[in-house]
Amino acid sequence: MRRLLIGLTYLVFLVLLVAPLAKIFVGSWGDGWSGFTESLTREQSLHALMMTGILVVIVTVLNTVFGVMLAIYLVRAEWMSRRIKGLLNSIVDLPFAVSPVIGGLMIVLVLGPNSAIGAFFEDVGIKVVYALPGMILATLFVTFPLMVREVMPVLQEIGAQQEEAASTLGAYSWYTFWKVTWPSIRWGVIYGVVLTVARTLGEFGAVLVVSGNIMNKTQTATTLVYQDVENFNVTEASSVALVLAAFSVGLLLLMEWAKKRKEVH
Amino acid sequence: MHIEVRGLNKQFGDFHAVRDVDFDIAKGQLIGLLGPSGGGKTSILRMLAGLETPSSGDIVFHGKRVNDLPPQERGIGFVFQNYALFKHMTVYDNVAFGLKVKKESKTVIRERVMSLIELTGLKGFEHRYPHQLSGGQRQRVAFARALAPQPQLLLLDEPFAAIDAKIRTELRTWLKDMIERLGITSIFVTHDQDEAIEVADEIMIINKGRLEQKGTPWDIYKSPQTQFVASFIGESTIVENVEQLKGFEEAANWPGTKALIRPEYIEIGRRSDFRIPSATVDGIVRHLHFRGSEWMVEVEIGDIKLITYRSLEKDVLTPGEPISVLIHRAYLFNDNDTWIMENKQKEDPMPIFI
Repeated sequence: MRRLLIGLTYLVFLVLLVAPLAKIFVGSWGDGWSGFTESLTREQSLHALMMTGILVVIVTVLNTVFGVMLAIYLVRAEWMSRRIKGLLNSIVDLPFAVSPVIGGLMIVLVLGPNSAIGAFFEDVGIKVVYALPGMILATLFVTFPLMVREVMPVLQEIGAQQEEAASTLGAYSWYTFWKVTWPSIRWGVIYGVVLTVARTLGEFGAVLVVSGNIMNKTQTATTLVYQDVENFNVTEASSVALVLAAFSVGLLLLMEWAKKRKEVH
Repeated sequence: MHIEVRGLNKQFGDFHAVRDVDFDIAKGQLIGLLGPSGGGKTSILRMLAGLETPSSGDIVFHGKRVNDLPPQERGIGFVFQNYALFKHMTVYDNVAFGLKVKKESKTVIRERVMSLIELTGLKGFEHRYPHQLSGGQRQRVAFARALAPQPQLLLLDEPFAAIDAKIRTELRTWLKDMIERLGITSIFVTHDQDEAIEVADEIMIINKGRLEQKGTPWDIYKSPQTQFVASFIGESTIVENVEQLKGFEEAANWPGTKALIRPEYIEIGRRSDFRIPSATVDGIVRHLHFRGSEWMVEVEIGDIKLITYRSLEKDVLTPGEPISVLIHRAYLFNDNDTWIMENKQKEDPMPIFI
């Protein structure tokens, strides 16, 4: 019985993880080295990977800054009543509960060309939906809880006393943040960054709705894979997917390392 | 620094943590804020530090109102209950923190930190992290860190609560000596009366947000002004019908009066041991408890139970043994008054002059 269960576990792993990875690997090398490089050096591949890269950088920076800020406010702020804190705290989790496609749709509805805000931005000359700003917003929506949820428990655990001690020693908030708070939450933030990068790399639904998936303009790596699969370009799809998978494995290793450091401190 | 507090109040929502507290503290004094847990002591301390804003009232340092000054500007040192050491910094960096904030030069910082480390007996530990230190050492680091920027007022929140009993007594004496030597005005919070009595020049008793009494430990022990103070300081038994005891019959004149009798107000022994045997009452030894350095004796007089202590040098009593009891005084209280009554029988009814 026990052997059977162990065998079954291995089988699930094999079918769910190893086999697809192997298939992607084999698929991308189906036409040899040249097939792989050609798939990646297509104009749309390079552009899509670049879009994903830009998204990752911008979203990670914004999410880190605002996530850490909100976490600090939710845990420490005395000017917010407990009820408002509770409300904000539950809203933070909204993106976990709402499907990313619906998140994207909300952005199209609010900021799309047919809405008042969207029209205003259009007049000023900024295209939000079907352009980079909308994609950034959609990805931010999806990744928002990741940073807050990593940093809040750490802040709660360390308590406010070290910060109060710093204030009685004459340090103001900025100095206190960098010298006292930051070293304690550092590993939580790094873990949050890794999660954000991973989620941004892999985000599909919200970005698909907001970007319109326009080749060489708003297409990202994941939506390109989707399009290649639709067009039966197996080698091309596998090659881009392999690049994404390689990043994911790298992130996974980084995540393990960050998690260990987080526990030490 | 001279401290004045007037009409201090603090409310947390519906909870009135501190009510109409007034006091003055002279420069260089060591004050103990004593009271049961949750009585508002820490809130008072935190308001003095600026970590909490008073709901109303004034806090005046050196004749200057500091209510609106943030903690950074008040010139105070604060030692937290759990020390709140910066856990990712070494002992050296912890102590240096307040000086680095002030942008002192490296040599000044080094000199001051090393002298404090020496003063607190932490030499050789300056490169350790807080988690590599014992409780007592951490406490001393917290103390050194608070002193480094040369504060005018040192505030300590339950400074010995997290330290085991044996080292606690040692640290108390050390802290008292240290503060005396530095001459810095200090206020510490404690719920342990032995600690307050032993360390403080003056004690302030805080209960349910009110300041019950302020005075030297001896004054507070000798003449407690409220029933709470009387029962909180020292040990005591409450007696409902004190008028039944010989020498305290007058208490019947004030209906509803109860008495508080301390173990040290009571003497027990053979009738012949007392100078004025007529002042004693007959009791029975109920229980004996060995307390390490003395006996705790429960005696029963009629239906009144009292507790007293007896030296190990005297002959050992047995439960059930009849015994003579002399009650020197009782602390009487009713709803609107409190006073001390001496045993009337002790005044020899027929003095003989030789």
